[in-house]
Amino acid sequence: MSNTTIVVMGDHAEFAPPPRERPSLRVGHVSLVGITLFTFAFLYVPIIVLIIFSFNSARTGAVWQGFTLSWYQRLLNNEALLSAAGRSLIIGLLSTAGSVIIGTMTALAMEREHFRGKTIWDGLLYMPVIIPEIVSGVSLLLFFAAGGIERGLFTLVVSHIAFSMPFVYLTVRARLADFDRSIEEAAQDLGADEARTFWLITLPLLMPGIVSGALLAFTLSIDDFIISFFVTGKGWNTLPIYIWSQLKQGVTPEINAISAILLLFSVSIIVMSLLLQRRQH
Amino acid sequence: MANDFAVELRDVVKLYGEVAAVDHVTMSIRQNEFFSLLGPSGCGKTTSLRMIAGFERPTSGIVAIDNKIMGATPPFRRDVNTVFQSYALFPHLTVEQNVAFGLQMKGVSKTEIKRRTQEALELVRLPQLAARYPKQMSGGQQQRVALARALVNRPRVLLLDEPLGALDLKLRKEMQIELKTLQSQVGITFIYVTHDQEEALTMSDRIAVMSHGKALQVGTPLEIYERPNCRFVADFIGETNFLDGTVTEVRGDFAYLTLPSGEVFSGRASEGVRAGTQATLSVRPEKMQLLENASTATANTYQVHVFSIAYVGSDTRVIINLGSQRIDVWEQNSSSTLNPDDYFFKSGESAWLTFKPENALVLAS
Repeated sequence: MSNTTIVVMGDHAEFAPPPRERPSLRVGHVSLVGITLFTFAFLYVPIIVLIIFSFNSARTGAVWQGFTLSWYQRLLNNEALLSAAGRSLIIGLLSTAGSVIIGTMTALAMEREHFRGKTIWDGLLYMPVIIPEIVSGVSLLLFFAAGGIERGLFTLVVSHIAFSMPFVYLTVRARLADFDRSIEEAAQDLGADEARTFWLITLPLLMPGIVSGALLAFTLSIDDFIISFFVTGKGWNTLPIYIWSQLKQGVTPEINAISAILLLFSVSIIVMSLLLQRRQH
Repeated sequence: MANDFAVELRDVVKLYGEVAAVDHVTMSIRQNEFFSLLGPSGCGKTTSLRMIAGFERPTSGIVAIDNKIMGATPPFRRDVNTVFQSYALFPHLTVEQNVAFGLQMKGVSKTEIKRRTQEALELVRLPQLAARYPKQMSGGQQQRVALARALVNRPRVLLLDEPLGALDLKLRKEMQIELKTLQSQVGITFIYVTHDQEEALTMSDRIAVMSHGKALQVGTPLEIYERPNCRFVADFIGETNFLDGTVTEVRGDFAYLTLPSGEVFSGRASEGVRAGTQATLSVRPEKMQLLENASTATANTYQVHVFSIAYVGSDTRVIINLGSQRIDVWEQNSSSTLNPDDYFFKSGESAWLTFKPENALVLAS
């Protein structure tokens, strides 16, 4: 048995000698690694520099003078910054709640109801994802001005819902696409009415999709500058708007420190969202 | 309604657009009966089951459970439970929570739920897996959880939609016996949807054979196999030979059929068979014999040509030609000879075919 195998392998080797390595392949490999490294450097070096300089004791940007945490300490004593952060948090939580409710309900309706022009409605729901933010900002501003609506918390929350809701819609819709309807039928068969079926079965099963959509929506809201800039009102500067206003005095290490914190915050939320989506499968 | 039926369908129609998935079906399922809906896919068996469960509403006709007309009664107010083809277990709940779900919905007390859940899991022999999630179990185990989850509610009727469809053959056979035993143990009416005729014959008290939305025949396995009422049922259940011809005479219970090639065969006349009409004689392969010599004076006896022989252990399957007609005959291997020459019939030679008129059926075309 083993003899036969050896003979077969020997034959094979005789007829098909291993191809010699072509020199161009080596060059290709080296340049591929180079380009990859360059891409990552391009993406992340500026951010790493920003984080490093947030620990720099020098007042002005470009020279390293030693390690300090004093910029972070100063942030904690900066009333204006803390209240801007607080406002961002309130807007983020309210708009996320709104996006989750509307987005989930829309996803359920679009997945399960049959009506005319469904594809078009579906497309319209994706649109806010690709509409340039500056266009959204200007149009929302015009809309609120025309409607005589005073700019402030309300306009900010409504606008944030408008741009973050599609992301909740998309993640919940994806979750619904492989939802086995017979599970809901089983619940009804076992005596659960429509409401109990929804709360005990449908909602828990959609939860990973809803939560990851919510985390996305929250991150988008906290980070948003352009649209918020247009629709904000007196006393409702968000954190990104506050950072932008501070830039008039040049990039200070303090700004570096806030940016670093904001970055850490966003990255951890996105990682959580990705982990949740992975756990679905 | 004084009849004591567990479930009744009366002239039930279900239309999807123009297509009738269920087409004027009437059947009565008795208390504590193991009743199968049998037919090929798309015959309307699952739709019928879903109308009993309440997931679909009939376009017209009446569905009654326990002598109560269901009408628009939603599934959660019907005293029936379903075992789904995909099992449809709740993936975010443990086995125990899955089984307890129905009792919780009914508002049964906590201690009672605990006790009955345990009982149901013991019934399907899975009490040790109560804390598992459905994902962590094999198909056969999930199937039993689905069964326990339905049975724990002690429904009047248990509906089973091809519950063994996803299992491999060996497990299927085991579960068939287990289900049948369980049914007689719990004394609940089972309505069982399957496309597997052997499964239906093995398990059922009665079977409804369905095709294209119609219930063609309802009867015991014996009736369905031995007295099919039409060509489709004869063909779908087991194996059979069809000989087409013209009815020349009907005498008492028997009809005489003349083939285009001139041979005359007789068999039990079924409903609608009249002299002068076209009809089909149906005779099963195991109900015929091959003989070395025979007299042409005997009924249904003709000299035939042996085309091929296949030994399959329990019997020998012989294909013979009668004129241009191909006929399958199964000869039981009642002796245990090792010598092929002991069989008198040989491929390429002639033999005599015979069968009794009472073992054949003449079906109206």
